[in-house]
Amino acid sequence: MKPNIFVKDKVGIVGAGLTLFRRRLLETPRELAWEAAREALNSAGLTLKDIDCVVVGSAPDAFDGVHMKGEYLSDGSGGFMKPTVRVFVGGGTGVMVPVVAWWHVASGLCRTVLAVGEEKMSHAHPHPQGVFAYIWDPILERPLGPNLIWIFALEMRRYMHVCKASKEDIALVSVKNKRNALDHPAAQAAASITVDDVLKSEVLVWPVQLLDISPVSDGAAALVLASESVARRVTDTPVWVEGVGFTLDNAHWYNRDLAYPRYLEYAARMAYRMAGIERPWKEIDVAEPYDPFDYKELHHIEGLMLARRCEAPSLLREGYFDRSGDLPTSPSGGLLGVGNPIAAAGVMKVAELFWQLRYEAGARQVKRPVHKAVANAWGDLMQAGTVVVLST
Amino acid sequence: MYVREEEFRKLAGIVEYKPVARYSYSAGQALSEFLRGLKDGRILGKLCPSCRRVLVPPRVYCEHCFKPTTEWVEVPGTGRVETAVISYIGTARERLEKPEIIGVIRLEAPGYTEGSFDFAGLFHKLCGVTEDDVISGRAIGMKVKPRWRPPEERKGSILDIECFEPEGGRR
Repeated sequence: MKPNIFVKDKVGIVGAGLTLFRRRLLETPRELAWEAAREALNSAGLTLKDIDCVVVGSAPDAFDGVHMKGEYLSDGSGGFMKPTVRVFVGGGTGVMVPVVAWWHVASGLCRTVLAVGEEKMSHAHPHPQGVFAYIWDPILERPLGPNLIWIFALEMRRYMHVCKASKEDIALVSVKNKRNALDHPAAQAAASITVDDVLKSEVLVWPVQLLDISPVSDGAAALVLASESVARRVTDTPVWVEGVGFTLDNAHWYNRDLAYPRYLEYAARMAYRMAGIERPWKEIDVAEPYDPFDYKELHHIEGLMLARRCEAPSLLREGYFDRSGDLPTSPSGGLLGVGNPIAAAGVMKVAELFWQLRYEAGARQVKRPVHKAVANAWGDLMQAGTVVVLST
Repeated sequence: MYVREEEFRKLAGIVEYKPVARYSYSAGQALSEFLRGLKDGRILGKLCPSCRRVLVPPRVYCEHCFKPTTEWVEVPGTGRVETAVISYIGTARERLEKPEIIGVIRLEAPGYTEGSFDFAGLFHKLCGVTEDDVISGRAIGMKVKPRWRPPEERKGSILDIECFEPEGGRR
């Protein structure tokens, strides 16, 4: 099927940069954004003068306690006297940043875009969980005194029930991703752990335990996107953005079956159609499914149609998603291993695929040959699906 | 550069700030009526004339059809537990003295087929359901009904329902 979309320019990624991901980084959000942006520009051999437009992504303002966070961050992100927008779809922001950057270029409006994701979660005390309270519906949800982890636990429990997945099956994702992160220079939560360690960690909201969750993180990540002619001029190995997709489900998350991420399937279908991918489970070589929780990687592997429904846990056990496997997922170490500065984490996933597709991932490089890749992010009240498909 | 919590507190130039913000939310056209219903011990939904779903919680429009909803329909309040979890932590991640059981309840309401992806439902606390019921999976599919607060204590709030409790028969 032909995509129902007008694309003036093919879009390539030509550079990427990251800060360290850590809790309590002492740099300000702007300083973090600047570090990542500068590294991305350097890696592309460009300067800010070469950039036409800037896209900045950051999640809730309440983390920083500063409103208009996009404007606040913009000069550190290179958005000074240039067309600049801030993107925010909760946890989905990180992959929405390259999606928005893509349409800036694909439309012909800008030849080059600096795309920056930044998050500093450690400002909020005693714990950013307190700030998350403001995402709940004030009339029907907040009076119950919810903790954000409730909804994820409810979703994980439903997934376990419908797919007959055990806690052990799910803990394997955390084991894999934290191990993968041992090779990532920016990683915050890299570790060599066992399924037993996950099952013995602090129980927060059963079935969710401490090692099922990504950490509280600060950090920034940036990409440089360019039109085809610019991309071919600045690098011999651009990575093309072949498809983008984004969908919002409704906010009535307790009115739908949480066992399957419908929001993601819709977004993925949009992106695959644009990329001409008909059988993602055969055609995708490496993936970065969004993994703020371990079960979420399995959920998203199924939503991205890389495995049939409820099939991800058994494939995981067989090593199918390992770096040496048939379809490596989260070779970076993901949010569970590298860390989860929300908007920066999604950009980090796309940056990882950029390096994987250029065979520049060093010790993290997956074994199999790679040509096509997909990343997603997810956010809001189990609502937002954002997807990019990349290829060489 | 990054530091641990104790070291962070000793650094120069740390600025503390506590925002002060108070809100009074109006519940809106659909939920105000829903909350009045709760005060009377009734769970109200609203019918979409186009897809015939009764939406609970009610909205003035059906997001599927983008049409205005019409009649108010009282639903029985009984339903089945769709998913349930045990919370050991509170809103700001503090440990709770007594764990709470929370669930999503798929309510019996007209307009949905058995096992449909979308359903009429509420998110609430569960009582009379044990931690073991949640872990073993017995809680899922359990038939539940609302436990109402006494009429004089009801305020037109989601908390007029104290929790959902087992109706007796288990699937």
